[in-house]
Amino acid sequence: MGVVIVGAGQAGMQLAVSLREGGFEGDVTIVGQESYLPYQRPPLSKAFLSGDSDFESLEFRTPEFYVGKEITVITGEQVVDAAFDGDSGTATTDAGRVLTFDRLALAPGSTPRKLPLPGAELDGVLYLRDLEDALELKARWADAANVVVIGGGFIGLEVAAAARKAGKTVTVLEALDRLIARAVSPITSEFYRQAHERRGTSVRLGVKLERFVGGDDQVGPRVTGVELAPDADGNVEIIPADIVMVGIGVIARGDLAAKLGLETVNGAIVVNEFAETSDPRVVAAGDAVLLPHPLGGEAQVRLESVQNAVDQAKVAAATLLGKREAYHAVPWFWSDQADLKLQIAGLSTGFDSTVVRGSQDDEHFSVLYYRDGRLIAIDAVNDPSDYMAVRRALGAGANIPAELASDSAVALKTLITAGS
Amino acid sequence: MPEVTYISPDGTITTLEARDGDSVMETAVKNGVEGIVAECGGACACATCHVYVDEAYFGVVGEPGDLEDDMLDGAASERLPNSRLSCQIKMRAEFNGLLVRIAPEQV
Repeated sequence: MGVVIVGAGQAGMQLAVSLREGGFEGDVTIVGQESYLPYQRPPLSKAFLSGDSDFESLEFRTPEFYVGKEITVITGEQVVDAAFDGDSGTATTDAGRVLTFDRLALAPGSTPRKLPLPGAELDGVLYLRDLEDALELKARWADAANVVVIGGGFIGLEVAAAARKAGKTVTVLEALDRLIARAVSPITSEFYRQAHERRGTSVRLGVKLERFVGGDDQVGPRVTGVELAPDADGNVEIIPADIVMVGIGVIARGDLAAKLGLETVNGAIVVNEFAETSDPRVVAAGDAVLLPHPLGGEAQVRLESVQNAVDQAKVAAATLLGKREAYHAVPWFWSDQADLKLQIAGLSTGFDSTVVRGSQDDEHFSVLYYRDGRLIAIDAVNDPSDYMAVRRALGAGANIPAELASDSAVALKTLITAGS
Repeated sequence: MPEVTYISPDGTITTLEARDGDSVMETAVKNGVEGIVAECGGACACATCHVYVDEAYFGVVGEPGDLEDDMLDGAASERLPNSRLSCQIKMRAEFNGLLVRIAPEQV
């Protein structure tokens, strides 16, 4: 009996560890295309970029740990094909290695969405997903005076904050009319726009782009700016850039799942609450997965977060071990930008009212989201107390009535009311 | 390298050499000490690396910062006067011999 885990990110690593913790005695093999042992991605746009951490501090586990747990980690190879033959199957890597398995686990993650503008191939147009990307960004960091960030989501804003902290001229260009539009409400979006502007970053919303502008230097064609689409009067604006960091979302890597004939939606692998794909011999976890909303309801969601990678991998491991542990973890997320710590618990999609506590001006506040009178999520900025209270309430299936929560002087944790 | 000793909720005792500057959490997790979950990887964002610092070392290690203080209020296990989030304790020479008890519940 053996399990092959495709993908050596947070979910793949957790799956392997959870299998061993659950007493699995068969072979466990993780295959990852990067040349590194599994490592943490979140610091790549935060502490790693600012020079506060090295690779060893990114590693999840020491090399000896995997040896001790008899977990085989194959790095630098990608599983390009897999097929079942009866009760077992084989996975083939791009190096021609053939691995046999009884059960297959997919944790392929995602890849940055590319921006197909003219000039996209210019040197200095960068994306940030893996360590190689981060090392490249870091190598160019010192010499870059002008940084343009395309995409006002978490990655883009974290990089913008790090660049600004390093004294660079920073411009954020966002196509939509507000920042972080997919994850937070307009209240939080507007706070972040102002907070970045206060720190000297230029934030431009509703921007349409024309092309990347380049010039030749000793090393070849290199990006020198980003040209915006002409305005109503036909005026053209070029924003100078030594580096352009594009962070406009990710695409689920569902190729292998599709080859296996599994159900996918826009590349995302569809699973049930037990992390089973449409073929129950295959489980899947992490960024590339479309899962039932963990807190109930009809919706299917994709959760691109550490929390989901970890919790879903645990569910997938339990399934492989023959246990049935449905996924009901409270989604949570964090983002560090400058000295602002954003912590999110729950999913705010579908909210019909909000309560704001604390003070946006003091950069210490929280937004509570309600639907039909029930608390469903929180965005907390520099307010871990509110965040933890809501996380606990959601985990317990409890509510915090809006009319009581609106008094910022009262601690949220004293207001949690049990049950539904 | 400074040494740190962990007492797990099940009574297991593990002593490890820490890399200078690595946190008490990182040292545990990388080497597979069970009981410290550390979902956020050390960003002081999840309160799942809760430990109780042995009285003999609490004075040396010191009090939590403001953010950590608030996170500890929401930790799954009871907060005690010697509670810390182990991701916020960076090992250095003067912490050599540090002893921490891992909180029984983390999530």
